[in-house]
Amino acid sequence: MSELYQILDEEGVVNKQLISKINLSNEQMLEMYKHMLIVRILDGWLMRLQRMGRAAIHAPNEGQEAIAVGVAHASEKQDYFFPTYRDLGLMIVRGASIREILNRWLANSQDPLKGHEFAIYGGRKYNIVPTTTPVSVHLAAATGFAHAAKIRKDNLVVFAFLGDGGTSKGDFHESINWAGVFRLPIVYVCQNNQYAISLPVKRQTASETISIKAVAYGIRGMRVDGNDILAVYSATKEARESARNGMPVLMECVTYRLGSHTTSDDPSRYRTQEEVEQMRKKEPLRRFKNYLISNGILSEKEEQELRKEIEKEIEDEVKIAVSVPPLPVQTIFEDVYSDMPWHLKEEMDLVVKEFEEDHQS
Amino acid sequence: MREITYVEALREALREEMLRDERVIILGEEVGVFEGVYKVTQGLLKEFGPKRVIDTPISEIAIVGLAAGAALGGLKPVAEIMYMDFLTIAADQLVTHISKMRFMSGGQLKVPLVLRTQYSLGRVHGSQHSQFFPSWFLQSPGIKVVLPSTPYDAKGLLKSSIRDENPILFIESGVLYRTKGQVPENEYTIPLGVADVKKKGEDLTIVAFSRCVIEALSAAKELEEKGINAEVIDPRTLVPLDIETIVSSVKKTGRLLIAADDVKSGSVANEVAMQVMERAFDYLDAPIVRVTSPELPVPFSPNLEKQYMVSKEKIINAVKENFGL
Repeated sequence: MSELYQILDEEGVVNKQLISKINLSNEQMLEMYKHMLIVRILDGWLMRLQRMGRAAIHAPNEGQEAIAVGVAHASEKQDYFFPTYRDLGLMIVRGASIREILNRWLANSQDPLKGHEFAIYGGRKYNIVPTTTPVSVHLAAATGFAHAAKIRKDNLVVFAFLGDGGTSKGDFHESINWAGVFRLPIVYVCQNNQYAISLPVKRQTASETISIKAVAYGIRGMRVDGNDILAVYSATKEARESARNGMPVLMECVTYRLGSHTTSDDPSRYRTQEEVEQMRKKEPLRRFKNYLISNGILSEKEEQELRKEIEKEIEDEVKIAVSVPPLPVQTIFEDVYSDMPWHLKEEMDLVVKEFEEDHQS
Repeated sequence: MREITYVEALREALREEMLRDERVIILGEEVGVFEGVYKVTQGLLKEFGPKRVIDTPISEIAIVGLAAGAALGGLKPVAEIMYMDFLTIAADQLVTHISKMRFMSGGQLKVPLVLRTQYSLGRVHGSQHSQFFPSWFLQSPGIKVVLPSTPYDAKGLLKSSIRDENPILFIESGVLYRTKGQVPENEYTIPLGVADVKKKGEDLTIVAFSRCVIEALSAAKELEEKGINAEVIDPRTLVPLDIETIVSSVKKTGRLLIAADDVKSGSVANEVAMQVMERAFDYLDAPIVRVTSPELPVPFSPNLEKQYMVSKEKIINAVKENFGL
């Protein structure tokens, strides 16, 4: 349980014995690479949009792309995701458009979540449940969703994402304990990116690993190189099968957050640049690209073209998104309850009236 | 009409809704094999089986949070938190998560769930098993708060709560569990957000919540013998609050007393008082009066607890002292 499952090493050299067990076509692998690349490039744009004062906040994904992309690729259509604020890859793999994601981040009048919350995303049509920004609070809901699926005999598995910091919350304990007791179809995907804002993982827990915590709950623990998309893919397939058969899984994906926690912090205050550069050598895109090129699945030239194509698409979409009008003020009164109660109607009328008067004067 | 207890009324509501809609499930500590510490869920495990009546680990965060997840997954959970005191453990789920799920998701997520709990003030349970703090949840738009005072209301309101599309905090009074009242055998529901005038009167208005409704009605009866005719209103739901019924009564009587079991600072009484001030100040002949618990933890010793609590006598004294009647 403390052994790290890895298929591609840091240079992209493959473990032949392990890869022979994975059933992935070249097209699928290219698709996975493309999705990681979209996340990487879009992530950079979302950071820039925040710096430009267009977006309020962003939690960078750089270095962790292989996890959300790999898990989503290994999932089945009917499966459900409860993401954290750092799992952009789920949206990309599940078919959300760049436009939709930009509108969400800019919280404009085209934002599918109506600008009601920051840093969460998702949508029922993608089976991604936009729940919560405080860490681990969504784990109980994810577990409840899995419990409902079991009662209803829905043939699906829930993937609940969390970070290393989230394992210290009571929500983690209560949810995982429950999943074990009721043998629920759920996989907890813990992205151990080494830091919870500034706090290193060794100050989060004295456990040798995070996956080992599964033992005490009577569920299965797995420990995967989260920067190796083939390992994430393959482990997720196995975890999914286990969860579907009544053995929930705590899947620790060991990774490293190359960027800041969010646009609001400066990581040089809590770690050295040398450490970051050292870890950058292990990042997931480089090694997967090396593998694809050395196996003749992708050429350097094709990779460059793909990159340019994505850059251009995102740039064009950014130009459109920044000109989308803002949300009207009455939107804030929507979706508090299924029907608007009298006291909210009264407040809404007052606010709209004040707003209109302000704009006339 | 037949008479049944508050507990029996609640049980009937649960059973009828479970028969009506197979998506309704019950989860909580001791709700199954033990049939509920106050026997509200008696017989339900036997009738509906362990998939629909779920004995849970002692995990309040998970009970409440899982109910939300199960609601998202297509079920209609009725979760039970054994004592209102333990609701604080799961408050993060209710306040920061569930009440905002629909809003944060721009209406994509719907969480139809009922969270049943009870406060045991008056049952000699000490300061950690008697707390009553419904006003905390006035600060969490997105949930509805229901406080039944009679078996009839308990049944009708619980049925409506289970059918509602929103998260509901349903607060029962433990001391009322064995009280009896008339409940028809025929199917009925009571809409949320509609107050009930429990007794008509012209001289003053008493607004009371939960257990205090019973005290207010006893007080009104005694006052009537002295020629003072009080109108007693039970709002029944705190959110949404039927302020219209209260205001039209105050416009008629010119005097308002509010009785509630929570402590005075931040009491639900204050919200009622302020809303009446905003809407009917000119009609008031005297300052609004509150009768609440003192600002202390609930004492354990039976005679001390009795003195601590809102009572018929305290309401009568407040009427005499403040309204010159």
